[in-house]
Amino acid sequence: MGSTSAENNRSNGVGRRDLIKRSAALGLISVPTMSFLSACASGGGDDSSSDDSTKGTTSKSNPFGVKKGSTLDVVVFKGGYGDDYAKAWEANFKTKIGVSSTHTGTQEITGKLQPRFNAGNPPDIVDDSGAQQIKIDVLYKNGQLLDLSPVLDAPAIDDPTKKVRDLLIPGTLDPGVQEGKVVALNYIYTVWGLWYSGKLFKDKGWTPPKTWDEFIAICQKAKAAGIGGLAHQGKYPYYINVAIMDLIAKKGGIDAVKAIDNLDPKAFVGSAAAQAGVEAIYEVVEKGLLMPGTNGLTHTESQTRWNQYKAAFITCGSWLENEQLKLTPTDFDMKFLPMPLLADSKMPFEAIRAGSGEPFIIPAKAKNLPGAKEFMRHMLSKEWSTLFAKEANSLTILKDGVDSSVTLRPGTQSTVEASKAAGANTFRFLYPDWYSEMDTSIQNASNELMAKRIQPKEWLKRCQAAVDKQAKDPASKKNVHS
Amino acid sequence: MRKGQYRFVTGFLFVPVALYLIFVIWPYIQTFGYSLTDWKGESQTFKFVGLDNYRALLHDDVFKEAIWHNLLFLVFIPVITILLALFFAFMVNAGGRSKAGGVQGVAGSGFYKIVYFFPQVLSLAILAVLFNAVYRSDGGGLLNGFLIKLHLVDVNNPVEWLNEPNVVLWALMAVVVWHGVGFYLVLFSAAMQSIPRDIYEAALIDGANRSQSFFRITLPLLWETVQTAWVYLGIIAMDMFVLVSSMTSNMGAYGGGPDHGSDVMSTVMMRNFLYFGKSGYACAMGVVMLLLTLVLSVVTLRATRRERIEF
Repeated sequence: MGSTSAENNRSNGVGRRDLIKRSAALGLISVPTMSFLSACASGGGDDSSSDDSTKGTTSKSNPFGVKKGSTLDVVVFKGGYGDDYAKAWEANFKTKIGVSSTHTGTQEITGKLQPRFNAGNPPDIVDDSGAQQIKIDVLYKNGQLLDLSPVLDAPAIDDPTKKVRDLLIPGTLDPGVQEGKVVALNYIYTVWGLWYSGKLFKDKGWTPPKTWDEFIAICQKAKAAGIGGLAHQGKYPYYINVAIMDLIAKKGGIDAVKAIDNLDPKAFVGSAAAQAGVEAIYEVVEKGLLMPGTNGLTHTESQTRWNQYKAAFITCGSWLENEQLKLTPTDFDMKFLPMPLLADSKMPFEAIRAGSGEPFIIPAKAKNLPGAKEFMRHMLSKEWSTLFAKEANSLTILKDGVDSSVTLRPGTQSTVEASKAAGANTFRFLYPDWYSEMDTSIQNASNELMAKRIQPKEWLKRCQAAVDKQAKDPASKKNVHS
Repeated sequence: MRKGQYRFVTGFLFVPVALYLIFVIWPYIQTFGYSLTDWKGESQTFKFVGLDNYRALLHDDVFKEAIWHNLLFLVFIPVITILLALFFAFMVNAGGRSKAGGVQGVAGSGFYKIVYFFPQVLSLAILAVLFNAVYRSDGGGLLNGFLIKLHLVDVNNPVEWLNEPNVVLWALMAVVVWHGVGFYLVLFSAAMQSIPRDIYEAALIDGANRSQSFFRITLPLLWETVQTAWVYLGIIAMDMFVLVSSMTSNMGAYGGGPDHGSDVMSTVMMRNFLYFGKSGYACAMGVVMLLLTLVLSVVTLRATRRERIEF
């Protein structure tokens, strides 16, 4: 302690303070000069996209003119499906087309790619998914996404007389549409619903429920046996929100779905279907049929508990089996169940939320656009679709995309059967891909509902307020669920 | 000093100052620039919108609630951490029974000094994982499991620590305090050890007990260190990004707790910047955060200024 010598202006030199002041003044003048030269966020990146080094000659088998020997920059979300399927594709692409790929498998899509998009040097093809997904509508508003219609209208690999888009399951391209253009290819055919253990139900003598009353009855039997009824991934309200919205959809029919997607003023408040749906879920909460503590658990925590027979049902999409691969007991017999039906529902029991997830995008400023387009065209071939099913235990949007020689695991197999039973009775909400803020507000309300802090009436009010707020934006008129 | 020494010293200072200006000051200036636009974060196309973002901020309830949460942290975290650290430092250095040899710490103080520092060694990311398991909302969590065994909590109704709006902020505060006490304990310890023992001995001879020694001797002589600690902890309280985003429920992205109940300025800013794509708006939030923190630091330093005691 004691006083410092910083201020002392001794006669034989300069004090510390003065020196620092003078150096700072000097620095302040010279550094901005330097920094204007350095790359800053606003530095104009030069437009060097699609230069000649990636353009080859076009031909029938090479409709985009991919150049042999060029490289492809592939970034893949390494989540529930892993990224081994992408590595298999890249190896195949190299032998077939002669384009080698740099592979990045990561969970930090936003962390790694936002600076690249901003600087104008994005990768060539991206699997943009996961918690750190860059929202598609955000990328679209920034002009960063390539319109994928050239790929979809090109001749299909398996049948050159048909277009690529003709061989896809109908409706699977819709989630990737922004303002009328397909800008994201949602590749994986996903179904959402409830999941249960075939083994547990056999041991306890329970039949899988078809109506909501049967569902409540089984949950009560489970509670009496010391097992939780319904588990959900509380920390991410997305999951239970899917269940609530699916109940609304099945009760009110496709009109109820469109009302919400198209921001109808009576989408929630004034909709009998919405009221029935949210009250049904609230019944589970009120009767204490949730797995204790589920409202605060992460996805892996709640799913693992479910694998440990601590809950009868869990909400999830069809990535569940692959995500829990290492933790599921071998005799678990994972089975998929469409949402049980409320009374007087417009859709049948077999109706499921089905659609495509896992959006693949081609950045508009990618360096190897022909390579990226050809890669995507190959993704929609039976060979690559089968490779995917083998590595990731899941289906793709390609019709009959899995070679019959591949045996699927029980969970995936039950989703195949459920899709067949659903037939044309599938539905999908489009608003989560269009309106991130509205989606967040609705999920927030669902979280409060599950914690019993708000009642169904308040939930309906909050969701309607979120819809009305989004409807005020004139750009929303361009997004229509027809 | 010798001739030509200006150039010598400035030469050495040039690179560090340049780095600081490029990587710290220049981004601040850019943030201010972007806050006047409608930049969406993923490209360089944006329009200049003037003060619209700031006007919108005035009506943003989520951001205002986040400021309030930061202020709550600002009041409680420094007070609790510093009080605990002072208490432990005093105990470890001067709290022992007075023996013939003079002032010393309580028995085992050597052991305590080492063990209390352990939490500081852990990074915040590890802390988040650790306390997620402690606060886990079903019986598998450390707290819940313990309380269930003691029959204080119903096994069918465990406390969802991080999902209760009234509890989540305190739960996060506990983590920060647990993490920080060790560091400030060492800081205050070092400062206390520079206080000459004779002062304590003189006080002991005059019949001072432990608390009188503390409040009349230790605290005044330590005041500058306490002031520094207060500012450091205040900065932590104004940030809180890591813990909130990794421990609380997702409001779309970056946590934020049940119904924005644990949102802080930094998480609201990141959510708007990256998740909603309202990057210009988020930059305006960043500027507000900067001003708020600066003002609070200056006010704190001024308000707690005291005469410097020389010894």
